[in-house]
Amino acid sequence: MELILPFLIGILFSASLYLILHRHFFKLILGLILFGLSTNLFLFVIGRLTRGGSAIIGQEEKVATEPFADPVPQALLLTAIVIGFGIQAFAIVLIKRVYQSFGTTDLDDMSTTDQIEDNH
Amino acid sequence: MNHLLIMLPMLIPLYGAILSLFFWRYVRAQQLIGILAQVCLLIATFLLLFDVNDNGIRTSQIGSWPAPFGITLVADLFSSMMVITSAITGMAIYLFSIKGLDKARQTFGYYPVLLILQLGVSGVCLTGDLFNMFVWFEVLLICCFVLIALGGTKPQLEGAIKYLTINFLASGFLLTGIGVVYGILGSLNLAELAVLVRTPVSHPALITMAGMFFLIAFGIKSAIFPLFFWLPASYHTPPIAISAFIAGILTKVGMYALIRLFTLIFVTDQGLTIPLFTVLAGFTMVVGVLGAASQNDFRKILSFHIVSQIGYMLMGLALFTPLAIAGSIYFIIHNILVKTNLFLISGVVAHRHGTFALKKLGGVYLQQPFLSVLFFISAFSLAGIPPFSGFWGKFMLAKAGFEIDSFIIVLVSLAVSLITIFSMTKIWNEVFWKKKPETDPLLNVITKQTHRDNRLLHLPVALLAMFILFIGLYAEPVVSMAQLAAEQLMNSELYINAVLKK
Repeated sequence: MELILPFLIGILFSASLYLILHRHFFKLILGLILFGLSTNLFLFVIGRLTRGGSAIIGQEEKVATEPFADPVPQALLLTAIVIGFGIQAFAIVLIKRVYQSFGTTDLDDMSTTDQIEDNH
Repeated sequence: MNHLLIMLPMLIPLYGAILSLFFWRYVRAQQLIGILAQVCLLIATFLLLFDVNDNGIRTSQIGSWPAPFGITLVADLFSSMMVITSAITGMAIYLFSIKGLDKARQTFGYYPVLLILQLGVSGVCLTGDLFNMFVWFEVLLICCFVLIALGGTKPQLEGAIKYLTINFLASGFLLTGIGVVYGILGSLNLAELAVLVRTPVSHPALITMAGMFFLIAFGIKSAIFPLFFWLPASYHTPPIAISAFIAGILTKVGMYALIRLFTLIFVTDQGLTIPLFTVLAGFTMVVGVLGAASQNDFRKILSFHIVSQIGYMLMGLALFTPLAIAGSIYFIIHNILVKTNLFLISGVVAHRHGTFALKKLGGVYLQQPFLSVLFFISAFSLAGIPPFSGFWGKFMLAKAGFEIDSFIIVLVSLAVSLITIFSMTKIWNEVFWKKKPETDPLLNVITKQTHRDNRLLHLPVALLAMFILFIGLYAEPVVSMAQLAAEQLMNSELYINAVLKK
């Protein structure tokens, strides 16, 4: 596991960047979602993986028994997933709106803001 | 009482936003709540600044969890200065949007979202926890996405999609950096991290690597040289009330985070970071100002100048002496006020004349001499002409640079000031001085209503100009406060002791 996961994260990161660099809107969405997921996975793995031990302290004990999984990365991960979910949802709606008003799925068609002199 | 004082800059916008949401569709009620919230916020931040100035760094532990375990709120001089400047700008933006923004946007969500944006700004500035900082950044970024897209015109959607993609990537980098820091050091509390990196067992190379993640993340957010291209592509697209606030505050909040982290935590490998910052600062200044010189739209010139001014703030961090950091802090405060004001002035001009294009504008000096004076003050503050405010910031930076013999970066910064004057005179000549070009007379009908509205739009501009004049002509208290703030930043023990030994 410890060996597979870093490679998996690397593959996910590169795949997501590849998709984001594509010109198609749908691939942009996929890339953004994958990028969020790979960051979350990275956060999870870097907190060190411990299997089978939760950090819950028993009723008679003062401290949790070793080995236990660090709960902080899991808490961070949960927060990051929720935030990422919100942004991705917004991105999907935004891209749909862009598609409706521009009638295109190609990011290269979206260079007008760099050229406008006056759009008031 | 202390704890309440630190919480208030977050609680007031939060409650204001929640209350405004109850009055969905009732513009008057939302405006009233907004103005009330802004006045309260201004008073609260003033009190916080005085308290911190008198008693040193203030901390508050959320839920009474002791420091390294719970989330700490920390108010030192730098953060309280940021919070108060954001409150002043927020006040001006609110006054402006009452007449300067269309009814539809005002009705559907503008006021609550702007308040939550201010909540995010206060949160980033006051938090003492790395992950909490990330969360507040997300809060303010989501608000920015919504504000830029609000209304859904074509250029806005286009700007929003660029802004969203790049900033989502930046957040990913930030999160990765936080993961690396937690993986190496096992803590997220800024004060405890500062202790841990200074102990000999920590791994300096890995910490520098984590620092680079933060540099890229905040570099994107604050538009540093190779990472700024999203800014001029998106900042001019929303209506002026929105872009003035975003342009004034957002990049500086990124800069705040950079200065905080690179004075407190990532100080172990200064042989790498200081030359890197120097090069980045130089390029940011030069590229930004050259980009501005080639533009012919009021807002786009100002957008490029944001980039160039960020270079000055980074220069303070690159020189890394107490005077230079103080110069950076003063410059950030000055720049938030001036940049917002210049954007607002472009909005007042466009409200009257219906365009931002330099070649279609003209003769404003004849019609609105008072506005021209206000522009004159702000523009020459931006360029750094004495006795206006920009001069003091640049003076401190240049003096700090000469003290440690970094002549090249000082020379670059002075040359960039000259080109800034060129850009500002270009706007002055084209918009205010030259004769108005002949246009279709039907387009130029000024009704009594627009005329009266335009008068009211002067109010926030005059308010900001007053503050700019104050920190320029009576710079002594602000400069000495900035120097104290820099002392607090450079002596990390003060911060560490305040947070951990209570």
